[in-house]
Amino acid sequence: MTPILTPELVRQHGLSEEEFERITAILGREPNFTELGVFSVMWSEHCSYKNTRRELRKFPTTGPRVLVKAGEENAGVIDIGDGWAVAFKMESHNHPSAVEPFQGAATGVGGIIRDIFTMGARPVFLMNSLRFGPIHGDNDAARKNRKLVRGVVAGIAHYGNCIGVPTIGGEIAFDGSYNGNPLVNVLCLGVLKKAEIARGAASGVGNAVFYVGSETGRDGLAGAAFASRDLTEESKADRPAVQVGDPFRGKLLLEACLELLTSGAVAGIQDMGAAGLTCSTCETASRGGTGVQIDLALVPKRETGMSPYEILLSESQERMLIIVRSGEEERVKEVFEKWDLPYSKVGIVTDDGFMRVLDDGSVEVEIPAKQLADDAPVYEREVAIPTRPPAIVVSDLEFHDPKDSLLQLLAHPTVASKNWVFRQYDHTVRAGTIVPPGSDAAVFYVREADKFLAATTDCNHLYCRLDPREGAKIAVAEAARNLTCSGAIPLAVTDNLNFGNPYRPENFWQLREAVEGLSEACRRFETPVTGGNVSLYNESPEGTIDPTPTVGMIGLIEDERWITRQYFRNEGDVIFLIGAIGDEIGGSLYLKTIFGKKAGLPPRLDFDRELAVQKFLRALIRKGVVKSAHDCSEGGLAVALAECCMSGAEKIGARIRLPQMGGSSSQADQRLDVSLFNESQSRIVVTVRSEASDLVQQEAAQAGIELTRLGSVGGSELAIEGPEGTLSWSLDQLHEAWYSSIALALSQQDL
Amino acid sequence: MKIAVVRFPGSNCDQDCLRALTDGLGVKAEYVWHKETSIDGFDAVILPGGFSYGDYLRCGAIAGFSPVMQSVIEAAHAGMPVFGICNGFQILCETGLLRGALIRNRSLLFLCQPVYLKLENNRTPFTRLSEEGAILRMPIAHGEGAYYADDQTLRELEDGGQVVFRYVNETGQPTPEANPNGSRNNIAGICNPAGNVLGLMPHPDRSWEGRLGSEDGLQLFKSLVDTLLSVAA
Repeated sequence: MTPILTPELVRQHGLSEEEFERITAILGREPNFTELGVFSVMWSEHCSYKNTRRELRKFPTTGPRVLVKAGEENAGVIDIGDGWAVAFKMESHNHPSAVEPFQGAATGVGGIIRDIFTMGARPVFLMNSLRFGPIHGDNDAARKNRKLVRGVVAGIAHYGNCIGVPTIGGEIAFDGSYNGNPLVNVLCLGVLKKAEIARGAASGVGNAVFYVGSETGRDGLAGAAFASRDLTEESKADRPAVQVGDPFRGKLLLEACLELLTSGAVAGIQDMGAAGLTCSTCETASRGGTGVQIDLALVPKRETGMSPYEILLSESQERMLIIVRSGEEERVKEVFEKWDLPYSKVGIVTDDGFMRVLDDGSVEVEIPAKQLADDAPVYEREVAIPTRPPAIVVSDLEFHDPKDSLLQLLAHPTVASKNWVFRQYDHTVRAGTIVPPGSDAAVFYVREADKFLAATTDCNHLYCRLDPREGAKIAVAEAARNLTCSGAIPLAVTDNLNFGNPYRPENFWQLREAVEGLSEACRRFETPVTGGNVSLYNESPEGTIDPTPTVGMIGLIEDERWITRQYFRNEGDVIFLIGAIGDEIGGSLYLKTIFGKKAGLPPRLDFDRELAVQKFLRALIRKGVVKSAHDCSEGGLAVALAECCMSGAEKIGARIRLPQMGGSSSQADQRLDVSLFNESQSRIVVTVRSEASDLVQQEAAQAGIELTRLGSVGGSELAIEGPEGTLSWSLDQLHEAWYSSIALALSQQDL
Repeated sequence: MKIAVVRFPGSNCDQDCLRALTDGLGVKAEYVWHKETSIDGFDAVILPGGFSYGDYLRCGAIAGFSPVMQSVIEAAHAGMPVFGICNGFQILCETGLLRGALIRNRSLLFLCQPVYLKLENNRTPFTRLSEEGAILRMPIAHGEGAYYADDQTLRELEDGGQVVFRYVNETGQPTPEANPNGSRNNIAGICNPAGNVLGLMPHPDRSWEGRLGSEDGLQLFKSLVDTLLSVAA
């Protein structure tokens, strides 16, 4: 029984009157109900980027290493040398995770892994960037957040561990703006031979179109459209829009597809992710400049009585569309029978440019593929520029005992050890994890290619809330700095733009500012954006999330000896701060944690200084004198020092003497808390062998880099000598605050 | 000499095991598909970690009935060295080649972390190159790794020297804190009475070269190869 098209039905499909008119013009008639569903998912924000496409064009997308550009295929591909390449991408599963955290997060992992092996790459590692509301406290919001954290972490572990791709790092931050709307951004990287990049195009008229993988069910119906709405109290009713993942099937599909790809039988391959069968058929046709005709009667189904609308819009997981070269169809049968996976020839590539869907022979959908895939309307949304937040006046802040403040910062879950989380992720499978989770960047040995890669994800939502442009620039700078600290050269970026409803002008302003900030920074760091994802409508009844343009960055370490870790190594090593003591307290975690303020102007990024600092550190690392390197981020210098003392396998103390205050600000009378906890950028704590300290100082002077000698490694406490005496913390005291904060919160019973 | 690495659907440490043998030791090793009914031509078998058949019924339960396992069981009874790691250990328990079972971790959470192991029996083909009492460092990565057997079985295993590896702290003490998953008697690995079948929860296949943080795992593969060479000689 097909519903009759009414303006109400069109609205329910998230299409405007103008969009409906555009559809009618494309078809030369009104769409039927199934076609309306097809347009509604393809023209949703999730698939079409209709509200953000103009902004995304601002990203730098080319560079000498870029082999597949952003938007061209399922994931970008970059050259890592010696005939090898990596495909990588980050994607969000925020909305599904909000209503069904376990399956939402699990299918997020499954989806991004499919995007990578669709490129012909073997997935080698995963990372994730997560945001939740506060987890401490005896209140409903905290209880709900704890459930979300447990569910999301278990879901990521469930899928990643089973499919055998290690989760080697990432970051997690906690803030009230994510209450009810967590962010789950997952990154996957895969390795492939440069000459063997697979394409998602339906090329070769007459070639067979195969459906492979799990049967289609009613789960995940129109998930892409669901992800393109605000989360409301009623969103729970959308649970059927959340897909269910089967990592075992995912693993079989991965192995079968990679095996088939090496046989040369594949002309094109595309995963069925958002918008399922609809998206994969029209996108492959559009890319190939061809048409695709399939018959739904031939699609393997899990349930009986599914309508064409349901089959086309289902987002059942672990499915792929494969275009097979004529005469090679037997290969598909051999491989998929070996792996005991369903497969079915569902159609052929045609030359008429149509996505034509038959239902047991009779035409159900007939839409020009290119216009469906690529001609969604593009909007210029309205922006509203908010007033700039006033700067923080330090003298208005009550002085709080820094000894206690450091412990509070270390216990803040954003800073605290994430061991409770990372222990649940298999991070050692594939025998390549060199620097495990918990360092500035993870380092992985890609055995196939004999290459060492570093990877990180970063975004400071406080900065982005207060100044999205500066915050976005800093996200890129910090990612590059983290990679540099690990000994790598930054290569390329994947980004995940998490914002609120774009129809609110203040939200759209945030997005535009952030995109322009990211673009500028990616140009300066010569790290092109090779792909990513946009997640809008991140709003709950409590309000909009802080803007969160997450940056995932990949780097290459050209010599194993250059791999550098963040923690202090040996007694007697000399500690330097590359950069000045700093003084910018606006947007800091210190202000938020101790004074409850998300206020002020975030730190400023000076590109020239940042680039010089990173270049200097890389040169030092190559000279072989650097024992450890860790950048200053949330919580400033004091937190960085404490982490250097605690994050290795063995704790080790340090004696620090703060120089006469000020550095660049040259305020001799700067307050101690400002010196310890400010978040001025471009600062890195490094240690060197004591014999090398003169050399390091000479090199810094020559390079024009500000370098502050802080003290030396050793002892069983962190002692910081300031103008008015010495503050000291025992290592056990620091460790207790930092190590168990998250584990304790999450281990409690929440009934 | 040729070593078989069995691939079940859902195995995910098969490549790591193969690499440890081929890259770590330069010996010949090949995958054997779970649908094979013979392991003729191989001198030893490794059952790798992973989630065989999705581990959907119970870890290792379905794999125990796969075609290839029938020939592995026969070969094991005939004395061929068979080494089950992680999921492989679970499979060996399901087939009855090893006694006891692996149940949910005490914390009910999946755990991936380095552990210390004490070698308690160097009279197996997999441990003969190490000293008894040696302490090895390797990672674990499992959700169901708590070794369980009833009191009687446990006593027989202990008395028969079938407890090959125990979880210990850095100084070699089998303390409750050093036991990551709640295994009875801190048991990490056991063998059959003949010693030719070994099951181990931690991963030597992820600790066979220094850059991985430990190369202690290589010792087990070396011992196996040494055993096979001395048999051949």
